[in-house]
Amino acid sequence: MDARGQAPNNSTPLLSEIYKESGEKIQNCFQCQKCSAGCPLNFAMDILPNQLFRHIQYGHRDKVLSSNTIWLCASCHTCSTRCPNDIDIAKVMDTLRAIAHRTRAESGDKNISLFHKFFLSLTKYTGRTWEPGFALYELKSGGLGGFMGWGLKAFLRGRMGLFPGFKGGAAFRNLFKEVGKGGAR
Amino acid sequence: MEFSYFPGCSLHGTSKEFDESVRGVTAQLGIKLHELDDWTCCGATSAHSLDEQLAIEMPARNLAIAERSDRDLLVPCANCYSRFKAAEYAVKEHDRKISFPYEGKVAIRFAMDYLCDKPVVEEVKKRIVKPLTGLKAVCYYGCLPVRPPRLTGIKNYENPTHMDGIVKALGAEALQWSYKTDCCGASLMFTRLDIFKKLTGKILVEAVKTGADCVVAGCSMCQMNLDTRQEDIEKDLGRKLGIPVLYYTELMGLAMGHPDTGKWLKRHFIDPFPMLKAKGLIQ
Repeated sequence: MDARGQAPNNSTPLLSEIYKESGEKIQNCFQCQKCSAGCPLNFAMDILPNQLFRHIQYGHRDKVLSSNTIWLCASCHTCSTRCPNDIDIAKVMDTLRAIAHRTRAESGDKNISLFHKFFLSLTKYTGRTWEPGFALYELKSGGLGGFMGWGLKAFLRGRMGLFPGFKGGAAFRNLFKEVGKGGAR
Repeated sequence: MEFSYFPGCSLHGTSKEFDESVRGVTAQLGIKLHELDDWTCCGATSAHSLDEQLAIEMPARNLAIAERSDRDLLVPCANCYSRFKAAEYAVKEHDRKISFPYEGKVAIRFAMDYLCDKPVVEEVKKRIVKPLTGLKAVCYYGCLPVRPPRLTGIKNYENPTHMDGIVKALGAEALQWSYKTDCCGASLMFTRLDIFKKLTGKILVEAVKTGADCVVAGCSMCQMNLDTRQEDIEKDLGRKLGIPVLYYTELMGLAMGHPDTGKWLKRHFIDPFPMLKAKGLIQ
């Protein structure tokens, strides 16, 4: 019988929730730690990727969703390409971030989650990434990224567009509305 | 050859010189680009971090526009390319429903794959007026140009060589090194500068140690991170690095004698002119 055939029916709620959303079978992880060994962000994570997977198997929901690991993951996909059990770990990180965002779990890295929320709410109105607007994020997050000085240097070299240059705003905002309603799913 | 062209937000902003050099060298090669009408953001890291449906619909909106013509879609930005391929995969392979018509008809072509592939390289070779002799480069591919291979179709994703190929064809030397596909930290540049500087710093230090005169990049995020934050990293390390980070398209322009090459290179934070002048490659 194919060990990967079915989602386990005795799984924890978190395990089956992740399976349902991502199609990834975390129960196949046998703790070889290749993901954690090759992860470029491992030095900064509070829980290593392989440990995170064990916590998911045990159903430690709060620990997983409030870890900084899920936000620090830079989606480089090194782990996914090296996993001997073919688990798309980077995709699982996406799913965990989305669950944390949706359920308003306490963020393991408030600056990163704030940035993504900020990016999307800004882009919804500008249609295209409007980099000068990142200054607002800088203010909200306490100015830790040194964005202002950097932005000025980029502007002086012609590397900062002052206007987003997109005109069809209302139709684009409608896309966000449709996605929000969940009609297509 | 004609393509639909998706520059993406970065190439209209922080990676202006990538847009200019892609347009410049494709024009020299007789490749015609038609910028997509009314294109919008692909959603980037933020959409796939927070909302999977949005992460498919934002790029798919652009693919639906591209489908109106039968031209292939050329995408220079690795992040946009990756999001486009992910949206195509979700709709075609997993039958994901979205809120507007999109059939998955348009072929999505990554500029690095296309411009560093044999047929184009042969055309480039015919047009070289100034071989980049004496220039030692390390090619830095980063993550999304090669991973995940399920989307990119790249076979040598641990040790890619296609950008090395074009660098050699231009007359430069492509040095072997171990950091070709290491992560630069991507959008952590805006949120966790402390962590970001460690990742990018490692790559830059290794490039200098390898003896390279420059890093060659093909991803707008990588180039921005390695070039525009290098001075901050130097402060942390307490040593000078000063290694220019050039796009492969800029090197193509340089070797093919594109008149605007100097203009593109002036946009860099780490000035490449002293190095290029010392090697007699630019006036």
